[in-house]
Amino acid sequence: MTTYDAIIAGGGHNGLVAACYLARAGLKVVVVEKNEWVGGAAVSRSLHRGFTYSNCSYVSSLFRPEIMRDLELPKHGLQVLPYEGGAVLKEDGGYLGMFRDHDANRREFARHSPRDAEAYDRYARDVLRHCRFIRPLLMRTPPDPASFKPRDLQELLFIGKKFMGLTEHERYEMIRFWTMSISDFLDEYFESKVIKAYLAVSAIIGTALGPMSPGSAYVLLHHYMGDVDGNIGAWGFARGGMGSITKALAASFQAAGGEIRAGKAIERVLVKDGRAVGVVLEGGDDLYGKRVVSNMDVKRTFLKCVEEKELPQPFLKAVRNFKIRGSSGKLNIALDGLPTFKALPKGAPNIRGDLHFTDSIERMERAYDDWKAGHFSRDPFQDVMIPTTIDPTMAPPGKHFMSCFVQYAPPKIEGREWTDADRDAFGKTCLHQIEKYAPGFKKLVLHVEVRTPRELEKEVGLTEGNIFQGELTFDQLLFNRPVPGAAQYRSPIKDLWMCGSSTHPGGGVMGAPGRNAAAEILRDLKTPLPMSEPYAVL
Amino acid sequence: MPSYDAIVIGGGTNGLAAAGRLAKAGQKVLLLEGRAALGGGAELSHLINVLDDRVEKELQLAKHGLSYADDNVSTTALSPNGEHFVFGGSFGETLSGVSAAEAKAWSELRARLVAHAATLKPFKQMTPPRLAQKVGNDLVSLAKLGLGLRMRGKDALQDFLRLLLINVFDVLDDELTDDRLKGLIAHDTVLGAVMGPRSPNSLLLLLNRIAGGALKYPKGGVASVTVAMSKAITALGVEMRTGTPVKSLVIENDKVVGVIIGEERIDAKRVISAINPQTTFMKLVGPRHLDVGFVRKVEAIRMRGSVAKLNLTLKAAPDFRGANLRSRLVIAPSSKAVEEQFNFIKYSEFSPEPVMEIVLPSAFEGGAHRLSATVQFAPTAPEGGWGKAKPQFLKAIMKQLELYAPGIGKLVTDTELLTPEDIENQYGLIGGNWHHGELAVERMLFLRPFGGMAQYETPIRGLYLGGAGAHPGGGISGAAGWNAANHILKEKRG
Repeated sequence: MTTYDAIIAGGGHNGLVAACYLARAGLKVVVVEKNEWVGGAAVSRSLHRGFTYSNCSYVSSLFRPEIMRDLELPKHGLQVLPYEGGAVLKEDGGYLGMFRDHDANRREFARHSPRDAEAYDRYARDVLRHCRFIRPLLMRTPPDPASFKPRDLQELLFIGKKFMGLTEHERYEMIRFWTMSISDFLDEYFESKVIKAYLAVSAIIGTALGPMSPGSAYVLLHHYMGDVDGNIGAWGFARGGMGSITKALAASFQAAGGEIRAGKAIERVLVKDGRAVGVVLEGGDDLYGKRVVSNMDVKRTFLKCVEEKELPQPFLKAVRNFKIRGSSGKLNIALDGLPTFKALPKGAPNIRGDLHFTDSIERMERAYDDWKAGHFSRDPFQDVMIPTTIDPTMAPPGKHFMSCFVQYAPPKIEGREWTDADRDAFGKTCLHQIEKYAPGFKKLVLHVEVRTPRELEKEVGLTEGNIFQGELTFDQLLFNRPVPGAAQYRSPIKDLWMCGSSTHPGGGVMGAPGRNAAAEILRDLKTPLPMSEPYAVL
Repeated sequence: MPSYDAIVIGGGTNGLAAAGRLAKAGQKVLLLEGRAALGGGAELSHLINVLDDRVEKELQLAKHGLSYADDNVSTTALSPNGEHFVFGGSFGETLSGVSAAEAKAWSELRARLVAHAATLKPFKQMTPPRLAQKVGNDLVSLAKLGLGLRMRGKDALQDFLRLLLINVFDVLDDELTDDRLKGLIAHDTVLGAVMGPRSPNSLLLLLNRIAGGALKYPKGGVASVTVAMSKAITALGVEMRTGTPVKSLVIENDKVVGVIIGEERIDAKRVISAINPQTTFMKLVGPRHLDVGFVRKVEAIRMRGSVAKLNLTLKAAPDFRGANLRSRLVIAPSSKAVEEQFNFIKYSEFSPEPVMEIVLPSAFEGGAHRLSATVQFAPTAPEGGWGKAKPQFLKAIMKQLELYAPGIGKLVTDTELLTPEDIENQYGLIGGNWHHGELAVERMLFLRPFGGMAQYETPIRGLYLGGAGAHPGGGISGAAGWNAANHILKEKRG
């Protein structure tokens, strides 16, 4: 009977990242995953013959370059292609385009508002400053402010020093930015409705917030913190779909001696004398290990896979109160050809980027109001992309894969479970919206996969379908994530660790939680985290 | 021509407090109020709960006539079917009409909130610190506060850090089950704010409110606070002129030397403006004395209103389905309902089923039957303007009242509805916001009205902000004015 050094419960990207680091440090590691494929929500699935869908996450930016290097992911096949610009298609038939070229972007902004074109540089500079402040904190374990331990005091000092490194004015601006709504923040720079609508998009992706909700400006920052090839804030397609990231991780893991057991769901964590000693798999097999590292979200881990009697009541209460409400849906569409968006000029490059139809913050906020009332949005926000305009590997020649990420879709419809009829109505609403802007689009549709929070929970294991394994509001970030007092990847049960997006720094396909958890595990083993050459963090 | 140590512009609660504080320290003070009467926005209130204890004690308001018909007013959360529940004074210290389990859950939540509010309370009475070193911050006080928080224990600190920026809706759902109780707390949290209970950062507003203390009904109504303050500061030697709006400030070499009223110029060593910061800088100072970046920041201060005031004269006492009328009556059926009504103001629409807080003065001290209501949510500028919207909004309000007090419509002999537009026009509260600038975490403490100008001083030497637009905001408080005066007195000593 093998005793592993570490059992990774769940083969999502963070679990795989943690697994890779631990295997490279010489540990005997197994990844257990309920689906037949690994990857969690970073997967490429072939659901219609000849087509590959990135059927959950669909773009890459946040994946830490340090992790890509440390785990040699390009060597194992990962290639991220930056995409080009995008556009907001307006209800009146016009559009706002975004371009890779800075000057082209400026001219386009000026077409809508010369004043806003001027303001854009100032805006980008200010947001970048906030990014620069936050980025070094992503790959550090949060301090515990209630602790007097040297390492926590040191970490608080580190953050304090960074803060004092700003000018007085910058400090105020930072606090305001972290607490404001993106709508109010954008109002301080811009006047054009459609420009504000475009820029607000990143603030609502995956959130249970509207653009007018305080704290939404932080979410925008969360999405700007990535880069592609050093271009901070840039987004790209993983060639072959998001599954290439996790396939590369799996390959890197196996090359380091790791083992993957797919198609095996975990029934519960085995706890003996207050220590995690292994996992019980559905169907009966037990696996034993010196430690269990859970990639599942905090609710699934502690409310489904650990017996209640093993956990302190205050901790259980805090986990129950952790907010993990899903708000997103997805359409994955196989197209017989490239649709024509009538607002875009013929041959415009913007079709290679992200396309939106929500041309005002007010419409976005009304879409959010529907979510609050327990409905999917009647006029949804859609983030539409056609990766095959850049990556031909995902569809047969001349045909296309279109990904539509949708806000908002509630975890339950008016308090009851989603039905197939609800899902179909949701899908219809989204397709109908696209047809408005691309007449003839529906005729190109060969296949549609419609995913609501229900599908995300069932297939991927994301509780309530929240794509971040927990909402990104300050009460659940940093030393509050997932719950105060258990925000350093350790759980109240000895040798049971957490490594998923329910931990700092949160969600998105980042890999940082997995890496940070591995670093903590190795720290306890007095082993350094295996890294490649030191990387200059900007 | 006489000259003064200080001129205070604005005779609302904060102006009166600032004048009183300076006079107590021996200064020769002139207070100028543009309206015929003193009190400013206090006229819009029907209860007090945040009157600064320094103002009440050190100006000896009791001696000057301030007394209370009820110094611990209860709240009744009204139900359309008569199942009211009563929230006893001092923020629900007692509760009746809910289940025993709910009362217990409330008591536990209340204890947490009251403790957190107590942690924040000392901040209200200090000049906000600057986020800089060697700038004269009261570091001793700050260190005491920080230590005090840590000494409350690990659990309390963790709870505080988690709740600091959370939304009240989720906290209520986590801890309570009774819709009426959740509705009441949600209503009280966002009263006067442009936020809904689901807005992150909303709980902090509740803590701010709790820190104020019990609700009180002064004998003679809230106006008697103004009367007592006016008597007190007159006794201290403050000169007051009402009906005297200030036209502009006299500024020489970036220093204020006096004010212009009508054709007259009056000199003073210092001027404290207790009126709106935008009015202060854009009208009294004038952009030519200010740099462009500063002007931009002043103009960016959000001043949206959310509250309308309803005053009804009635033939007889109304019947709110058997509720005890000697109480603050609240219509807010659930936290979900408050959020739903809030949604409208985001799009500059008024709430079709408004939530509101009602006080019947005759229930506290007899006299003519009147109804005073603070109604939410009313936007600053609805589509098409208030001219068109006002009768529609009034209809919606009366419909709501009729649901909770059947027959009230027939008792009305006179109606006055003040929209945010009316409030701006009558009281100088720009946008209709009674804090002279929205009170939200991004505009509180060292960010009020904005970072770098939160210590009552302005770029014009000798000119200070001492109104609700400065820390700690408005309400019938006087804290901002008192703090500003203290700050000036510390400067002189230092």
